[in-house]
Amino acid sequence: MATRQLALPARRRAPDTSGARRGHRARRREAAAGWLFTAPAVVALIVFLVVPIIMAAWVSVSDWSGIGSPFSAGVHAVGTANYAALLTQPGLPQQDLGMSIRDNLYYVLLVVPLQTALALLLAVVVSRKALRGRGFFRTAFYFPSVTSSVAVSMIFLFLFADSGVVNGALGFLGVHGPQWFTDPNGLLHMIARGAGIRPPAVLTGHGLLGLSWWDWLAGPSVAMVTLIILAIWTTSGTFMLLFLPALYNISEEVEEAAIVDGAGPWTRFRRITLPLIRPALFLVLTLGLIGTWQVFDQVFLITQGNPAGTTLTPAYLAYQVSFGSQQWGQGAAIAFILFGIIVIFTVLQRLVLRERGSVTQARGRGM
Amino acid sequence: MKHTRAFLAAAAVIGVLAAASACGSSAPAASSAGQPSKTPITLMFGSSGPAETKAVNAAAAAFTRQSGIKVNVVAASNLTQQLAQGFAAGHPPDVFYLDPGSFQNYAKDNALYPYAQTLPNAKDFYPALRAAFTYKGKFICDPKDASTLALYINTADWQQAGLTSADVPTNWSQLAAVAKKLTTHGRVGLVLDQSHSELDEFLYQNGGTVVGGNGQVDLDSTQNVAALSFLKTMLKAGTLKFPPALSSGWSGQAFGENKAAMDIVGNWMVGALQSDYPTIRYQVATIPAGPTGTAATLSFTNCWGVARSSGNVAGAVDFVKFLTTPQQQMAFSKAFGVIPSLATLQNQWQSTFPELAVHTKELTYAHPDIALPNDAQALSAFDSALAQLATGNPATILKNAQTNLAPLASQAG
Repeated sequence: MATRQLALPARRRAPDTSGARRGHRARRREAAAGWLFTAPAVVALIVFLVVPIIMAAWVSVSDWSGIGSPFSAGVHAVGTANYAALLTQPGLPQQDLGMSIRDNLYYVLLVVPLQTALALLLAVVVSRKALRGRGFFRTAFYFPSVTSSVAVSMIFLFLFADSGVVNGALGFLGVHGPQWFTDPNGLLHMIARGAGIRPPAVLTGHGLLGLSWWDWLAGPSVAMVTLIILAIWTTSGTFMLLFLPALYNISEEVEEAAIVDGAGPWTRFRRITLPLIRPALFLVLTLGLIGTWQVFDQVFLITQGNPAGTTLTPAYLAYQVSFGSQQWGQGAAIAFILFGIIVIFTVLQRLVLRERGSVTQARGRGM
Repeated sequence: MKHTRAFLAAAAVIGVLAAASACGSSAPAASSAGQPSKTPITLMFGSSGPAETKAVNAAAAAFTRQSGIKVNVVAASNLTQQLAQGFAAGHPPDVFYLDPGSFQNYAKDNALYPYAQTLPNAKDFYPALRAAFTYKGKFICDPKDASTLALYINTADWQQAGLTSADVPTNWSQLAAVAKKLTTHGRVGLVLDQSHSELDEFLYQNGGTVVGGNGQVDLDSTQNVAALSFLKTMLKAGTLKFPPALSSGWSGQAFGENKAAMDIVGNWMVGALQSDYPTIRYQVATIPAGPTGTAATLSFTNCWGVARSSGNVAGAVDFVKFLTTPQQQMAFSKAFGVIPSLATLQNQWQSTFPELAVHTKELTYAHPDIALPNDAQALSAFDSALAQLATGNPATILKNAQTNLAPLASQAG
């Protein structure tokens, strides 16, 4: 009702005005009304997003000590010193940043593909018309996503404790479970050790960001694996919900035509389903990539970066450096470096998933 | 049109920025302690448990009755973070618990009101505690209380292993020997928290230092390497374990659940055992000395910080005076087992709590836990490495910590 009274008359009238001046004025009125209606949202965006980002950018190039406003007189610009301490000068800040990027990289490389695959699998299963009690399964799979991450983290602490359920189950199978949260050994290093490979000097002698190439190749630590399992378990349900409407949108005629053409289930999935849900897939991968690079709560609650810094992530490091060490400039600089990493990865992912062929392109625009 | 829009946006941003910075600097400028006004004050503290919360609330209520100044008591869930938020916003609490590490940061930035030097009881505090809160020769804030590490022994396990009071260890070799005797299937002889705050005393006991008398970090000495190697040997022998290996959050939990027979820990253990594990029978013994007989332990303390930007500095200082009176310190001791920071109270305290006398007697040779400006990241890296001591190289661990901590010492006051 309100919509029709307010918006429609202006819109309807605009095309049939003959004079250019009248049209101009109408558009101006429309624009003013538009600004008025969006003002609350715009103000909220400026106050809670734009200003904090500007402040953080300033803090990252200043010597602000955490007392009073960063814009007060006693705070000086220090140029790129905070970034230099993190990126070019050997030392603890650089080494911690290197470790956090390594740990988070392995986290992203494992979580994003696995959670996407699991979410897609769940969505395909739940969307089957033949499945009885679909509503129940949909709710069950979605449940971890709506549970508070604090509660989930606490439950995982119990599950993966040394004498916890997981090790109990492993013990039942005759396997001696690891000390999940205190084992800093990297998976790739463990495999290398098992295969009798000794670290070659070429890898141990050189490195990047204070870590030797051999350390970069450590793989996720056992402790990190528990965080990875936790992330996959909690987020798959959310992404399943994003896949479901895309799957429902595929018309039955297309499927039937494919069946008539003699395509088996796997071919149909690969040639019909996957291309048709590409926009949803793109969304899930993008959200997954951004979310996994920003992982904080699980690290804060479960490991605090331990053991031996193998679950450190840039987001947690920024918190530790700012609030713990009171090095606010460096903390803000870490946040901006993380921002850069996320931008690079998102752009890379766009390039990889770039739409090819006219059919899919048209489909993609339609969504 | 486009220009107008850009201009409006820019104006809005500038306006908000100005408002934000004005907010930050609008806190009352530093004032000297004049006549205390009746402006309410805020006390922020990190509580060790319900006993401490109750005692602090009672003290604040008593002060309000006496002075007419209302005190808002805030029990912080994460004191360091909430304090930092308060200072950043320009509205810190008026009075707050302050650990020696954060003290260095805030003193360096001149954010603390230095009241302690001028108070008549300045000389009554233990010198080691006063030193922890002295910046560039100026005694800034009053130590709240004190804690030291001592050896806690489960008496039931002790008797079961056939040990008597003559077997209480006084040096490292005896400690290792009884730990071995007390280790059984499902129980370890000794548990220690995997942090510098619970392990550094071994370095001092072996004749080494963490921060030397000249204020320089001296971690990578041969004595210190030998001390860590001793602990590593015990870890490898399975007679010493860190809490995670016993599925415990901290050593007190492992001791309380009788997964460990001995624990070297501070007097905060008393309150924890009382409330969580009241059935455990234990004895507190003096911490064993090093191989050459050097007695050493670590001391811990917080101070009552007063913010320079407080709206009622005089009232805040009056509140601290009230909190550090002998009566109030004894009340806190009775409530949650801390040692009073006033050396003048030592005899009274020891006669009230004979079973804890060990902790005060140790204060004479206690070394303060390491505290340097901006030290959180370096100490966290050190703790991470110490947690891997069983498989790590003691010399490398100490060398890395030395590299990371040495530059910070030059900024310490």
